[in-house]
Amino acid sequence: MLAQQLVNGVLLGATYALFALGFTLMFGVLRVVNLVYGVYFTAGAFVALFLARDLGLALWLALPVAAVAAGAVAVPVDALLLSRLRRTKAGELASLMVTLGAALALYAALAALVGPDIQRLPPHLLPVSAIQVGSLRVGVAQLLIIGACAVLAGALLWLMRGTRVGLAIRAMAETPEAAELVGINTGLLAALVSFVSGALAGAAGVLIGLAFNAVHPYMGEAMMLRGFAVIIAGGLGDIAGALVAGLVLGIAEVLTAGYFASGLKEAVAFALLVLVLWTRPSGLFGHAAPERV
Amino acid sequence: MRRRSFSAALVATALGGPAPLHPARAAQPVPVGLIAILSGPNAAYGIAIRAGAELALASINAKAARPIALIVEDSGGTKDGAINAARKLIGRDKVVAIMGPTLSNEMFAVGPIANGRGIPAIGTSTTANGITDIGPFIFRTALPEADVIPVTMRKAAARGCRTIALLYANDDAFSKSGFDVMQAAAKAAGLRIVATESFGSKDTDFAAQLTKIKALKPDAVGISALVEPVSGVLLQARQLGFGPETLFIGGNGSNSPKLGQIAGAAADGLIVGSPWFIGKSDAANQAFIKAFRTRYGRDPDQFAAQAYDTMFILAAAIDRAQAPEPERIRNALLETDYNGIMGPFRFTAHRDPASTAGVLVLEMHAGAFRIAG
Repeated sequence: MLAQQLVNGVLLGATYALFALGFTLMFGVLRVVNLVYGVYFTAGAFVALFLARDLGLALWLALPVAAVAAGAVAVPVDALLLSRLRRTKAGELASLMVTLGAALALYAALAALVGPDIQRLPPHLLPVSAIQVGSLRVGVAQLLIIGACAVLAGALLWLMRGTRVGLAIRAMAETPEAAELVGINTGLLAALVSFVSGALAGAAGVLIGLAFNAVHPYMGEAMMLRGFAVIIAGGLGDIAGALVAGLVLGIAEVLTAGYFASGLKEAVAFALLVLVLWTRPSGLFGHAAPERV
Repeated sequence: MRRRSFSAALVATALGGPAPLHPARAAQPVPVGLIAILSGPNAAYGIAIRAGAELALASINAKAARPIALIVEDSGGTKDGAINAARKLIGRDKVVAIMGPTLSNEMFAVGPIANGRGIPAIGTSTTANGITDIGPFIFRTALPEADVIPVTMRKAAARGCRTIALLYANDDAFSKSGFDVMQAAAKAAGLRIVATESFGSKDTDFAAQLTKIKALKPDAVGISALVEPVSGVLLQARQLGFGPETLFIGGNGSNSPKLGQIAGAAADGLIVGSPWFIGKSDAANQAFIKAFRTRYGRDPDQFAAQAYDTMFILAAAIDRAQAPEPERIRNALLETDYNGIMGPFRFTAHRDPASTAGVLVLEMHAGAFRIAG
């Protein structure tokens, strides 16, 4: 049973890591705790649901379309909400409040539009098969998540560390003014970061919605608390750290439920958050932690 | 006075009762209130209840010496809405009895008002514990979960189950109360409980709990939750390799056609207790289904069936009371001995249904319920 529970933990942790990728990117570069991120996650899942269920598009095509759509939503919404705050150099608290308000409004609007109930793909559209190795069973949809998580994290790391665009983004993250002095168009780069972050959220929404076949307007809000715990524990803006923290959180939750008490599963995520803030008080909003984007 | 009896007659006509042309009938219809959820996310329950009650009313008023004017109020599914509806029905419409409201939560709000004013209130769909403890004027025709689940557990034991694992949503009053009943009923039926696991009703991942349960190899798994999480549990259980050798048992939350629509073949084999079933072949039930389809162009559900029987039970009590006075109707209700589409019906002295003889155990098969073998 331990082996199966570890597999369950890795699968669950991969969903947290996947969710946190774009979230931590947004914070690391733009220094914004963007709570609207969860809305992009939900939006991606709904676009894919609509494409696959109502238009009959294949899932492997619906995934990138939904990711691009979520990214395309993120660019104007982030620009509207955040560009003025960035110009006036308002603090993190201002951006937190603005995006909190916007996120609540957008979730409610989405619920009014599509209904508050859980929606699902018809069972026959899903990759429901599972692979059995000895006594271990892994669902194909879950394997897809792990694969996607690895590919997207790899691509993101390459973008940030292996390309000139990434260099420019990192320069902007360091000191926006200096970046502008050397000719970097920070407005354009901020839009690009919004797009990439939104697209990552959308892709995560599709994959996680698919893995559990449950799509509803507030799915992003439910993930957001876990996402917070992961990016704080992983180091704000640290992509590799978010991956590790996501896996640790998933495994910790599953082992708590499997060997201790399932009612305490939820408590673990937030105990972890408290623990990290205790031991690293400079974590949230503190700039003492090294930036490693 | 004149104005009210005119509007009551108008209501009766608008609700599809026979036009009260006979002067003696038109003189004084008996005003009865119905509080149901007709708007918002849970409107489907109230719409079914109203349809069942109005169908029964049409045949009651066709024969009755004194017709009944059914005045329908929407609660919107909230306590406030239900209280407003009850105040209006009692204060302005002077109803002699109330059917509803729809949810147990609403009844806990409305019951004390009706009871305080001495107006009998009959819940047709309120299954939570403690409903009739509100007071001597509060009745229910809905079988509480505490009556239905033991029937299901005995069926599991009869099929040879000896061990059971229980799984429930721990953040929802209905699911928790259903779990308490399951736990007691499983023990009473001689099943040994090998594991008790919980989850959040918005959770989508149940792998850790299911893996733990699978390792214990129980004969049965009881799930107390609303239909959405039950579907999620079943889908994931199949992925983790639970096969037909494990009997899944649902509570009232699983008694919904949505289970088959969401979970598909993953739900096959799950059993659930139900006070009524569309496939029940007795003549009265088949006549009800036919009349319902003719009038509404769709199939009735459990809620329509319960309201249909309750309307007849209430009308018979009003007849026996001889005068439309709430106190006399309350006493007449206690003498109910009715044979309806849900089987033989009497009230206990505590105003709950007396018998579980009408409970059926249903089984999921190819995405739909059928009567379990």
